[in-house]
Amino acid sequence: MRIFSPRKLSRAKLIGWSIPAIVVLGVLFLAGCGGDSSIIDPQGPVALKQSDLFWFIFIVATVVFVAVEGVLIYSVVRFRARPNSPEPRQIHGNTRLEIAWTIVPSLVLFLVLGYTIYTLVGIQEPANKAQTFVNVVGHQWWWEFRYFESAGDAQVDVNALNGQAVQNAPTPTIVTADQLVVPTGTVVHLNLVSTNVIHSFWIPKLTGKTDVVPGHDNHMWFQADTAGTFPGACAEFCGDQHAHMRFEAQSMAMTDYTAWVTAQQKPAHDPDTNTPALTCDQGWPGNDATLALQGKYYFFCKTFAGNNACISCHSVYGSTYGNIKALGVVGPNLTHFGSRDLIAGGVLNNNQDDLTKWLTDPQQWKPGNDMPNLGLSPDEVQALVAYLESLQ
Amino acid sequence: MAVQGVAIPERAFSPERLSASKIGVWLTTTDHKRIGIMYMLTGFFFFLVGGIEALLIRTQLAVPDNVVLSPDLYNQMFTMHGTTMIFLFVMPFFTGLGNFVVPLMIGARDMAFPRLNALGYWLVLFAGIFLSVSFFAGGAPNAGWFSYAPLTEAINCGRPGALCSPGQNMDFWILGIQLLGLSSILGSLNFVVTILRLRAPGMTINRMPILAWMTMVTSFLLLFALPSLTAASAILFFDRHLGTHFYQAAFGGDPLLWQHLFWSFGHPEVYVLILPAFGIASEVLPVFSRKPLFGYTFVAWSGVAIGFLSFTVWAHHMFAVGLPVTAQSFFATTTTLIAIPTAVKIFNWLGTVYGGKLNMTVAMYFAIGFVAMFLIGGLNGAALAIVPFDYQVTDSYFVVSHIHYVLFGGAALAIFAAIFYWFPKWTGKLLNERLGKIQFWFLIVGLNLAFFPMHLLGLFGMPRRIYTYASNPAWDGLNLLATIGAFTIAVGVLIFIVNFFMSIRGPATAGDDPWDAFTLEWMTTSPPAVYNFKKIPTVRSRRPFYDFKHPDNPDWKSAHH
Repeated sequence: MRIFSPRKLSRAKLIGWSIPAIVVLGVLFLAGCGGDSSIIDPQGPVALKQSDLFWFIFIVATVVFVAVEGVLIYSVVRFRARPNSPEPRQIHGNTRLEIAWTIVPSLVLFLVLGYTIYTLVGIQEPANKAQTFVNVVGHQWWWEFRYFESAGDAQVDVNALNGQAVQNAPTPTIVTADQLVVPTGTVVHLNLVSTNVIHSFWIPKLTGKTDVVPGHDNHMWFQADTAGTFPGACAEFCGDQHAHMRFEAQSMAMTDYTAWVTAQQKPAHDPDTNTPALTCDQGWPGNDATLALQGKYYFFCKTFAGNNACISCHSVYGSTYGNIKALGVVGPNLTHFGSRDLIAGGVLNNNQDDLTKWLTDPQQWKPGNDMPNLGLSPDEVQALVAYLESLQ
Repeated sequence: MAVQGVAIPERAFSPERLSASKIGVWLTTTDHKRIGIMYMLTGFFFFLVGGIEALLIRTQLAVPDNVVLSPDLYNQMFTMHGTTMIFLFVMPFFTGLGNFVVPLMIGARDMAFPRLNALGYWLVLFAGIFLSVSFFAGGAPNAGWFSYAPLTEAINCGRPGALCSPGQNMDFWILGIQLLGLSSILGSLNFVVTILRLRAPGMTINRMPILAWMTMVTSFLLLFALPSLTAASAILFFDRHLGTHFYQAAFGGDPLLWQHLFWSFGHPEVYVLILPAFGIASEVLPVFSRKPLFGYTFVAWSGVAIGFLSFTVWAHHMFAVGLPVTAQSFFATTTTLIAIPTAVKIFNWLGTVYGGKLNMTVAMYFAIGFVAMFLIGGLNGAALAIVPFDYQVTDSYFVVSHIHYVLFGGAALAIFAAIFYWFPKWTGKLLNERLGKIQFWFLIVGLNLAFFPMHLLGLFGMPRRIYTYASNPAWDGLNLLATIGAFTIAVGVLIFIVNFFMSIRGPATAGDDPWDAFTLEWMTTSPPAVYNFKKIPTVRSRRPFYDFKHPDNPDWKSAHH
């Protein structure tokens, strides 16, 4: 039996075969080529349930598609006017048929709706399971991540960020940017904060989006079941550099995560080994100083074009130059900048070459972002790169 | 025309002289047919403008890290592409089509309010020019056709000194939208009164052509939906210029207020853009199938049902904003409900062609293409109603695919069906069928190349409205494919333009009734005289011209009339 002989293949068989064929080809193609942001390659329970729904509706839609297009194509071929075709019967309708094709799609659609609502309820955050609490702050155009010990602390921080008067605001245990690090197998609770425009937080392999709306205490959760690095992005149009508001979610085994937390909580690496430590008043640390120390001097002490100083926008916790502290909050906290993979919302990777490009002219790579072209000399750039990359 | 006995001085301006001149007759006309043609030509002109914007967008996205457009110019481009295609192409075209065809179909001599009709057209033209020149007057609107606050607000954007929306870009959008809204309100009132009051003797509501039905439903939708957009954009203007704080969270306002107001307009609006296309398919398919429309009553009333339900589904555009689960379930349910009458329509079109004697003209190609492509837009639209899945694909390229299958595969293909079908009535001339079929295949291949890969881009995590992307093996090829598709569509449109100019210069060989059609507009001359009909025909069924041509077995003798 040659079932694929085109002559023997009846129309019904053709339609019957095409559905599983489309589905199988679709599965192979979609699963194989999805890349690192594919929503149908889920790596956690939320994304898994969302992806299950996709396959369900994909199969339902394929059946309807093949049936309707099949009848349409059949009609065009079969009923095309030919020289001897008779005048067709003037049929105005058929009430029974109408009722049938109102009820059948209704049943299918309500089946889909039932599964939808079942899943919707099923992906709500499990109560009291969260172990990691992170406040996600959407800036134009980068993501800030503020870690807390408890849901309560995190909420007080949200209130403070939203401009409410808060007493004894808790200090985040970690403040970082562009990279959300989480332990595998546990529930991560995120509070979403914006004081500028609306953003939307999305990690395709781990969870769908929740919008970050000014004035709204939105929150979301996810869990990563495998260790890995999963790209994420802002999904709500938020201005000129919406395209470069990306980040990474990195999940790691609990032991690795604990080590990461410990490292992140340490004060920033300090290239200044002098006792007493240098002060800005002493001026240039000298050409003999390490590049990193020269960079630290520029970072803390120097003002560049238009009176801009690094520390007026960036924080480096636990490090001082003399009595000067770096506590700026306009740009990303750089305390452990060297440990991250991305620069400035993923516009560049974090390595010496890319950081050199970035510092030389941030506006070339991300036009319209808040970091101006500081007019740094190549020497200054080299020193700053050395300092920033030392902040592991 | 000069009043007899009154001498008109040479070269002096006067309304009479103006309306007697070749251009003046168009500038001063209140004839629904001339106004209809001006609406449609204007709409088609802006289709080309919006198309060029689309090509620029696709050129920028053809390869990773491209630098054809700056980020701000890209944002202006996609904002104006959406605004232009919706407000300046599809809406004016359907208004124009309704203007020309509906009074003829129902046996009226003109629209109910001819001068109001002219005002509506001129508002569209000047609002369109006003919106488009913004590119050269400091920058076009750049916050998307949905203009979400607070990205559109002239307030500090979370940090001192940087305004969310500096410049006049959004002011152009707000004022342009106000003018277009006014025009649509006037046009809709005119349609409602015309359809309800000016029908030929015997043409009961239940004998009206479906296009008249859909034009009426569309008009009611606009009348009830537009006030929401008008109010929303007016108070946005107040926020920007008068110091109010409606959408500003820091001052007690709420950005989501904009979204609720916008989408309570925006979702009925989606049906404003597609119901007339349903009407076109319901006229064209029967004539070329040589059968009456299957299930007239169901097609008509499912349109009415869609109209009502379209006011209950707006928050399905907002599933990710953090609504309560109950609210999300409600809007998922209403969205499921609205899919039912839409499915019923598709089945009735199948029932119409099934068992017919299909005369495969270009108009029929486009009508069948419409059903085939709109189906895809319906199915991926149903997928978007699945809330947890929507969390993944909302604001991704999956949605871009959906709207383009609905608006290009749906509305634009139906518009081409309408052009090929009624062109002989407008001009007395026929468009070239051979060129039309070539154009059809360019559009079908092009639109599937352009929009099908976008499903996959969405599933593979590409967000909407990004002006560039880093090279990504899952995205690069699909984006290039989409760009090739966009240019394939452009070739198809160019072929149509050639066809249009060739045919318009060709001989008037169409005759009054080239398609052996069923409805009243084909019973008069092509093009019709100013007064439309010498004598208004009396109607006894849904296919009055069929009855006239088949006195032995007219529709009114059968059960259905």
